[in-house]
Amino acid sequence: MRIIFYILQKEFRQIFRDKVMLPIIIVIPMIQLFILSYTATFEIKNTRLSIVDQDKSTTSRALISKFSGSSFFTIASYETSYEDGMERIKTGTTDQLLVIGKDTEKKLSRKEEASVLLVTNAINGSAASLMNAYASGIINDFNRFILEDQGPAGAVPALIAVQSRHWYNPKLDYKTFMVPGILVLLVTLIGMFLSGMNIVKEKEKGTIEQINVTPIKKYQFMIGKLLPFWLLALFELMIGLAFARLVFSIPMEGSVVLLLGIASVYLLVVLGLGLLASTVSDTMQQAMFISWFFVVIFILMSGLFTPVESMPAWAQNLNRLNPVAYFIQINRMIMLKGSGFQEVSGLFVALCVYAAAILSIAVKRYKKTA
Amino acid sequence: MESTANNRVIHVRELVKKFGDFVANDHLNFDVYAGEIFGFLGANGAGKTTAMKILCGLQRPSSGTIEVAGFDVYKQSDQIKKNIGYMSQRFSLYEDLTVKENFQFYGGIYGLSATEIKDRTRQMLESLQMTTSADMILRDIPLGWKQKLAFSVAMVHRPKIVFLDEPTGGVDPITRRQFWEMIYEAASKGVTVFVTTHYMDEAEYCNRISIMVDGRIEALDSPAALKAKYNAATMDEVFIRLARAGVRSMNG
Amino acid sequence: MKGFIIKEFMHIFRDRRTMLILFGMPIIQILLFGYAITNEINNAQIAILDHSNDQSTREITQKILSSGYFALNTKLNSAEEIEKVFREGKIKEAIVFESDFDKKLRNAPPASLQLITDASDPNTANLLSNYTQAIALDYQKQLTAAMPAPARLNIQSTMQYNPELKGVFMFVPGTITILLMLISAMMTSISIAREKETGTMEVLLVSPLKPFHIIVGKVIPYILLSFINALIILVLAATVFGMPFQGSLLLLLLESILFIVMALSMGILISTVSNSQQTAMLLSMFALMLPTILLSGFIFPIENMPFPLQIFSHIMPSKWFIIIIKNIMLKGLGIAYVWKETLILVAMTFFFIGLSVKKFNIRLG
Repeated sequence: MRIIFYILQKEFRQIFRDKVMLPIIIVIPMIQLFILSYTATFEIKNTRLSIVDQDKSTTSRALISKFSGSSFFTIASYETSYEDGMERIKTGTTDQLLVIGKDTEKKLSRKEEASVLLVTNAINGSAASLMNAYASGIINDFNRFILEDQGPAGAVPALIAVQSRHWYNPKLDYKTFMVPGILVLLVTLIGMFLSGMNIVKEKEKGTIEQINVTPIKKYQFMIGKLLPFWLLALFELMIGLAFARLVFSIPMEGSVVLLLGIASVYLLVVLGLGLLASTVSDTMQQAMFISWFFVVIFILMSGLFTPVESMPAWAQNLNRLNPVAYFIQINRMIMLKGSGFQEVSGLFVALCVYAAAILSIAVKRYKKTA
Repeated sequence: MESTANNRVIHVRELVKKFGDFVANDHLNFDVYAGEIFGFLGANGAGKTTAMKILCGLQRPSSGTIEVAGFDVYKQSDQIKKNIGYMSQRFSLYEDLTVKENFQFYGGIYGLSATEIKDRTRQMLESLQMTTSADMILRDIPLGWKQKLAFSVAMVHRPKIVFLDEPTGGVDPITRRQFWEMIYEAASKGVTVFVTTHYMDEAEYCNRISIMVDGRIEALDSPAALKAKYNAATMDEVFIRLARAGVRSMNG
Repeated sequence: MKGFIIKEFMHIFRDRRTMLILFGMPIIQILLFGYAITNEINNAQIAILDHSNDQSTREITQKILSSGYFALNTKLNSAEEIEKVFREGKIKEAIVFESDFDKKLRNAPPASLQLITDASDPNTANLLSNYTQAIALDYQKQLTAAMPAPARLNIQSTMQYNPELKGVFMFVPGTITILLMLISAMMTSISIAREKETGTMEVLLVSPLKPFHIIVGKVIPYILLSFINALIILVLAATVFGMPFQGSLLLLLLESILFIVMALSMGILISTVSNSQQTAMLLSMFALMLPTILLSGFIFPIENMPFPLQIFSHIMPSKWFIIIIKNIMLKGLGIAYVWKETLILVAMTFFFIGLSVKKFNIRLG
């Protein structure tokens, strides 16, 4: 134990003395949390809509006012022809084009079907499908309005009344979704990069040899090396949780203690992965690239901003090896839904197994001789 | 100095180390005795550092019998590590810690008590006349002093044998001189010193030296005996005569 | 000069691990974006609580499950179970049919259908509830098919440039940009910083090579590397994912060269202000990579960000390059539509080159 104490003392001295690293460890993650929460959003609002109104009737104006009254749309421009509207889509100065054809009102009053054209810039496919859904929603609403207008003769009684309720986030606030995920991202980056880089740094400087000739045990060295970053990352998570609460008013429905307890196991996995990266690299550059490589894949597949269930089966199976996916899921469950230990126990056990496996591989791979 | 099996501290028989096809150490045989200053010479790439790392337990030998401080390198490396000190070619103290903190760290991981660490740190700083620099960050200290500190750190747990890998590389002649005085002082207290070097004048300070060429030990004796054997005036001449025969030296 | 460039190549290629990652990462990313990661909804797990279990509810359930969007996770027996399955994280939506659904539907409409979504993921929740409503309305339309169709506005939707809404269309331009940035700016800055750290830069500076030559020699291998890499991605996108190539390849390549030169000048600037590899690396990571990923419109649309960040995104070179790639590749537009963005990149390039030359001269003086 005393030996571990001396390693810890040394590590903390080095961390707190480093004028570059300390701000990186403490300040940058907070800035990231702040900026990421505002930038990493698939929320659709203020969709720019251009309108070609060839009908210029009460009906067309009523429809347009439905759009301009919606918080999802801002009218970017009124165009005189379809071609002009398409030009706007081309230059990227509008996202969606609504064309109301001539005689729309006349057709409707004759109880004929009329059509509007809706063109969406679909390069960003997911945004496009949302924009399309919103626009269709408004037009369908408008249809109901026309029907009522046509009096009881035209009205079709609603046979099914659909009531939608959004639990856990009734205002559909995107930050509520992202912040718990971003917190996971931050502790993952800190844990993985710093622990890996730290050991490689000793390799690069040659100080690791000096340690290797001492009778220090492998486990003592590992604990001494990993514990500081384990503590730092947990500390960071706590600050992040406070930040989420105070700045973004993200709820904490479940137990903070449970969350921190699971986080402490999760960090073992992350630190183990960083350690593993350091055992296969000789320079900090290599260690960083290797960690970066895996972190990017982990994050992309983690469900941080895309639904995991939509991935094909093989990708979901692969995702069983993705620790970030487990913890993001757990974090959202505890923070937003108030899930208790029983509900997350399956995921937690998986993390425990993962931690044990990764740490034993990493310790095995780390050789004092070599 | 007596050379008997009783005071033998390093015992090497048929040491072979291969990296793939490359034979770094080719059947080495030598013994080192307590209190001796043993010089390990050779051109770059001759295999000195490899052999030294094997003795320190930093690398595994391919084959051979090796005992250090009476312990077997294959099975008792932990025992060995308690009894040896090592100072590597690359400067290996922490540049971002103070002098005192470096002592504290290494003393700590060798299992010294807090009072022992304190006392020894004070003693060493006094003998190095560096008491005023105890709280300086190592980065700000001149190289020569750092080397002397590294030697002191390698001795902090009072090892029986200390391994020095080119300890005086890049330091000025005066510091080199002082460094060797430290080595003599250690040897006079019964510490065995195993040192590799390039400097032939330093070789003269050793009790015995071995000269490695292409992974083999070509000569092993006291400096005087070697000069006599090769009919040379200086160790320089002895070395050049032997090393010139080698193929893989000289190129760096 | 030639020897010098060859030396640089050797340095880069000898580091196998870095090579593997430089070439492997973009390919894996594109494959993931193309095959695995999607914002579309399919197989969303749902739970159904059917209080009546009659013909209509079975038909609606059948319709919902065969749509491809939904997969049945559990059939519930009581309302109390809803909360439990949500908290276990098993389902995204619960559908509740009231009792006597069929009877009410036929005799005393409306019959009530309740949807509860897990809005901790708001976009998915929104889409799921929209899809379910659409299916319910569709069913209703079937029942009323006999009645005369009421006058209504039909919607003809066109998904311009990406009719199948493939995610990969969005990600390919971004991935190319990130990659060019990574190799050109980050790798150059680290490699120059390494020469400074190990002191080999001084050896080069005292050699008869002019500083200009040294810099050119350092960057040529990276230009080639990033170029090859960008081409691999383009070919992959076109062949594997059927991404169209509407515009002029020549124009795109010229624009890419412009962007690479811009990124290199950024890399050189970073290396002139950093003395160690670690500093260069951290600077590139935090000053280059993260803003590039977040504020360029690579993944997240800029229009939805708060106003100050939108302003800030204007100084991100990658933002302009991504617009250029999209315009040329996907929209098939020519220089007439991208000259503004091109000019901005040219101006940025001159700015960075000027600044690094100034820094470099100060250091030498």
